[in-house]
Amino acid sequence: MTTEIKFNAETMATVQQIIARYPAGKQKSALLPVLHIAQAEFDGWLSPEVMDYVASILNLQPIEVYEVASFYSMYNLKPVGKCLLEVCRTSSCWLRGAEDVVKHIEKRLGIKEGETTTDGMFTLKTVECLGSCGTAPMLMCGAQFHENLTLEKVDALLDNLRRENKRKTYFDDVVIESY
Amino acid sequence: MGRKLLTEHINVPGIQGYEVYRKMGGYASVEKAVKTMKPEEVVEEVKKSGLRGRGGAGFPTGMKWSFLAKPEGVPRYLVCNADESEPGTFKDRYLMSRLPHLLIEGMITSSYALGANTSYIYVRGEYYYVIAILEKAIAEAYAAGWLGKNIQGSGYDLDLYVQPGGGAYICGEETALLESLEGKRGNPRIKPPFPAIAGLYGCPTVVNNVETIAAVVPIVNQGGDAYAAIGIGKSTGTKLISASGHIKKPGIYEIELGVPVEEFIYSDEYCGGILNDKKLKAVVAGGSSVPILPTDLILKTAAGEPRLMTYESLADGGFATGTMLGSGGFIVMDETVSIPKNLWNFTRFYHHESCGQCSPCREGTGWMEKILHKIVDGHGSLEDIDLLWELQRKIEGNTICPLGDAAAWPVASAIRHFRAEFEEYVKHGEKIKDVKYYFHTNNMDPAAAYSSL
Repeated sequence: MTTEIKFNAETMATVQQIIARYPAGKQKSALLPVLHIAQAEFDGWLSPEVMDYVASILNLQPIEVYEVASFYSMYNLKPVGKCLLEVCRTSSCWLRGAEDVVKHIEKRLGIKEGETTTDGMFTLKTVECLGSCGTAPMLMCGAQFHENLTLEKVDALLDNLRRENKRKTYFDDVVIESY
Repeated sequence: MGRKLLTEHINVPGIQGYEVYRKMGGYASVEKAVKTMKPEEVVEEVKKSGLRGRGGAGFPTGMKWSFLAKPEGVPRYLVCNADESEPGTFKDRYLMSRLPHLLIEGMITSSYALGANTSYIYVRGEYYYVIAILEKAIAEAYAAGWLGKNIQGSGYDLDLYVQPGGGAYICGEETALLESLEGKRGNPRIKPPFPAIAGLYGCPTVVNNVETIAAVVPIVNQGGDAYAAIGIGKSTGTKLISASGHIKKPGIYEIELGVPVEEFIYSDEYCGGILNDKKLKAVVAGGSSVPILPTDLILKTAAGEPRLMTYESLADGGFATGTMLGSGGFIVMDETVSIPKNLWNFTRFYHHESCGQCSPCREGTGWMEKILHKIVDGHGSLEDIDLLWELQRKIEGNTICPLGDAAAWPVASAIRHFRAEFEEYVKHGEKIKDVKYYFHTNNMDPAAAYSSL
């Protein structure tokens, strides 16, 4: 666990670059990108302390950060496992077997949707359309899309992720599989 | 094979990078615009092209551009809407990740036309890897002198930035997108004023979809008239169709507007027919929000004319017998799909994505989801079907933004065209739970599945 809530110099420089994209005085525009960075840096979720820290950097009231973080689905307001499995449940993915994928993961990991494995490795979440309808069913883990899923592919993925034992973030490099 | 205006070079190795993109004729539209055309001449070509917004609404782009206010001393902005999240739509991800420079070129040419010196591409957060691809391409464009100060010696300056979203369908609505870009919750604004008058930071702003901005490149290169010569009537040019569901070849197809729907579904050039050679049951032709149509009405209009992939032909018959081209998210359902269960899935989506500002949408989508869950769970009544119908009517047209309409239309059309199937669910009571969410898990046709209960 990270103890001190403070970006290192390199991350702070990135944050300053982001703030410079907007006109003077409009640094609030940096809130969404900076929250993504904060979530990646501080164990994959936004604690009230992390959100207060972001508020102080952007010169905002804490409430301005809380109300945004709670509006958007990508910000986790509770701790999550190292690998957040975001399974698309909408329309085309549903037509092509998303419910089977969810049930299979629940069985394999012994958790229900929304829960985290006791070892803190996986959290299972279902999400709305991720724009991967032509390669359905799919799930996202970190920035990586895992597409054209079969139950065998899901098994292999879970094994690989467990072996890697690394926290996945939206800033990871990805392999582009297919379209 | 139809002409490809956007994706002609998409399979050229290395086209993601600047060198190859430039060698294949990339950035010619910027060169032509900033060196030989006045901004208003670029707007004029876009008007002549007949290009219509490719995000879903289909509003004429040239007209939208001409509404942009130009007060002295006030900055103007171009914002690209890359918040692609309409279920069934994945074309913008394809275009941005495979041809990032095409979008950047379109952004420069369009920003020049509008007199914007700072522009943003708002990309849904779930596409973070696409953001990395775009940022790399933008850095290459700066290095080659296509962005920054005095672009190609023309005296025109432009800075271009990518902004991530946080995961919210509503931010595809242009004023919600602007709120989000300002670092707020994605609550749509009351209009007027429209963004053309008061948009980002209260300044005049144009918001355009990724594909719309990409289409400006061939329009400027070849001229608006050449673009308008493709297609049928007011459906000019080409359109990216995201094909998914029960088809043999899901994927992105760039079509000349006017291809018959039947050809699009069954020809090997496009979807290649229905998966496992099953029968077609229904199609959602333009993303989850547009009315669902059964086989007979998607292949032919009520008057018996072949239905074409154009804005007008798909809308023929209004909502009684027609639908919309929308975003081009073409979702195909085979005979095994349960329409009530599919509708529950769609409605859960709208309930989840409602921003919560307007009561009819916030409460209505949740109420519809609950009633649909009750029906598919075997506890519904005939009155519930009527109640659903009444509810959707009270949502449509009574909200600040079109999300309410988008939630109402799938419900209205499913009941209009498939009421008998809802009644089937109600009739069988709790036994309906034995019918799988789609019947082909048991390889059953629906009639056999229902009659076995």
